[in-house]
Amino acid sequence: MSTETVKMNGLQAINAALMEAMEADPKVLVLGEDIADREGGGVVGVTRGLSTKFGDMRVRSTPIAEQAIMGAAIGAAMAGYKPVAEIMLMNFTTVAMDMIVNHAAKLRFMSGGQSQVPLVIRTLTGAGNQTAGQHADFYEAWFCHTAGIKVVIPWTPADFKGLYLSAIQDPDPVIIVESGKTLFVPMDTPVNQGPIPLGKANVVAPGTDITILSYGQMMFTVMEAVGQLAEAGISAEVIDLRTISPWDKETVLASAEKTGRLLVVHEAGKNFGPGAEIAATVQETLFGKLKAPVGRLGAPYCSVPFAKKLEDAFLVQPPAIIAEAKRLAAMG
Amino acid sequence: MTDTLTNRAVPDAATQLDIYRRMIRIERNDDATRTQIRRGRITAPYYSARGQECIPSAISVLLNDDDKICTIYRGIHDMVAKDMPLRPLWAEICGRVDGTCKGKGGPMHLTHPETGVMVTTGIVGSSMPIANGFAWAALLDGTKQVTVAYFGDGASNIGAFHEALNLASVWKLPVIFVCQNNGFAEHTRYENGTSVDQISKRAIGYGMPGYTVDGNDPLDVYAHAHAAIERARSGEGPTLLECKTFRFMGHVFGDADGYMTKEEKAEAMADDPLPKFRQKLIDSGVATADQIDEMTAKAEAEVNDAIEFAMSCEYPSDDELRRDVFAEEIPA
Repeated sequence: MSTETVKMNGLQAINAALMEAMEADPKVLVLGEDIADREGGGVVGVTRGLSTKFGDMRVRSTPIAEQAIMGAAIGAAMAGYKPVAEIMLMNFTTVAMDMIVNHAAKLRFMSGGQSQVPLVIRTLTGAGNQTAGQHADFYEAWFCHTAGIKVVIPWTPADFKGLYLSAIQDPDPVIIVESGKTLFVPMDTPVNQGPIPLGKANVVAPGTDITILSYGQMMFTVMEAVGQLAEAGISAEVIDLRTISPWDKETVLASAEKTGRLLVVHEAGKNFGPGAEIAATVQETLFGKLKAPVGRLGAPYCSVPFAKKLEDAFLVQPPAIIAEAKRLAAMG
Repeated sequence: MTDTLTNRAVPDAATQLDIYRRMIRIERNDDATRTQIRRGRITAPYYSARGQECIPSAISVLLNDDDKICTIYRGIHDMVAKDMPLRPLWAEICGRVDGTCKGKGGPMHLTHPETGVMVTTGIVGSSMPIANGFAWAALLDGTKQVTVAYFGDGASNIGAFHEALNLASVWKLPVIFVCQNNGFAEHTRYENGTSVDQISKRAIGYGMPGYTVDGNDPLDVYAHAHAAIERARSGEGPTLLECKTFRFMGHVFGDADGYMTKEEKAEAMADDPLPKFRQKLIDSGVATADQIDEMTAKAEAEVNDAIEFAMSCEYPSDDELRRDVFAEEIPA
């Protein structure tokens, strides 16, 4: 495989993955609000060109009707297709929760393995654009808590391409969360990026003093903090978790054991957030081997606010990561 | 307001007898289920469809094995009408590993793809959005397959009904929406929860034909189902059939029926579709009383065989908790 890279952003990477998957497999379908070219190829253009290339039977714009979108995706998936259903924003999954939780996630188990629901849900979210409390939430913990659906939150364009290619061919339902900035920041991406397995974390940077784990657009904030920590003499190992459920315990435990310290950072609320599960698992497994308790940073217990000043305070910022990493690094 | 059928298909003698065969198989199966629960041989939530046998029976004679149904928790009559084999059905009701779903779904959630029983949902209204997906797949496959979505009158008041009928109409999907209107949504009387006197009138809002049918008259159900199925197979789109009926055994087994008068129940039971159709078959010379009794005895023997088979099957092993969550088994 060529190692040649090209600058592309997440939006282009997802578009390339969908193009490639649809080209290679006639069973791959795409549906959702405004996704066909007639409607502009998606609210931010992720699906642009697909309906023109593959026709409006395989690439179908839908009414604003999330239960109908998910129901159609579930039925088609059970009939042997591989639908990629867009629920425009993660907050809108709330109106399709019955379809996602009671049906997509559970039908394999409840049918004793007779029903397969190989679908992908694409959804966008993230604070930072002053869209306030109903357009920006990270609700991955809800889906992680539901047995039978995989939860993926990529950061880099290469990961978007590779994880989408895997998710579309996965035999089980997968929800992929596209977080604001991750769609628009160009990064070096292998021209021939192939599938990347689900459930595998990526050790982005090696380090010795502390492990910092994050995912999605929060990775940008973490990377900024890590640079400043290095200047302060603290060597952080950075893990991009990529798949939140089922999560890569092996990689995380190995890293936490090596550095003796773990800090989990996510945009989702800290209260009952994914960090709680990760911290509990790491402490259960590595009790006595850690130099500090596992640290957690997440959003405060309130809705995403509108005012820029409040939104900045709501989001975990580099100084908070630096302060928490320094506090943990000073222990043990 | 509601549509009237102009060209009424009439089932021939053999088809009429086949409708009765399905009805008596349902009735014998229902009677045995209630007996087994009363005797304490099985513990299961059971929603009897006694009184509603005619609807799926007159529809199923028009369906092929590869035509699909999506039904609900009060749906065992729909499955038996579709000729689901009774041994795996009973093993599932009894929670055994030889059940259609390995004992993981139970009587509210049977699945049997071989006979087209694709989804049985315990969530009111959720059969409809998923039926659309099977119908979309049939269009993509270029087959003439149709999907029947069964639901109750209560489900016509839930959002999923609206979303599903609208999408099915916009996409011209080969779905037949069959409302089995038994007059009660759980314990709530029809008129206390539904804004129109006939559910079929709601079809106007979705641009599809809607018929109110005598759900206790096999010939009326057959004629309307015939028109709806022909319309779906020829690519013209969905139909809403409201089949008016009554449930004789209340909402759930053990229900005290306190929300209806003794008189109205007695009146409804006097219109029991089974003895009425039996007499009609004899009077019109389609069958003799002996032939019908033989058919009844055969159904009863099949049910008894299935019960004894089910009782002899093993319970699922605890390992089943790790299977069918995903395609890949979860490690112990």
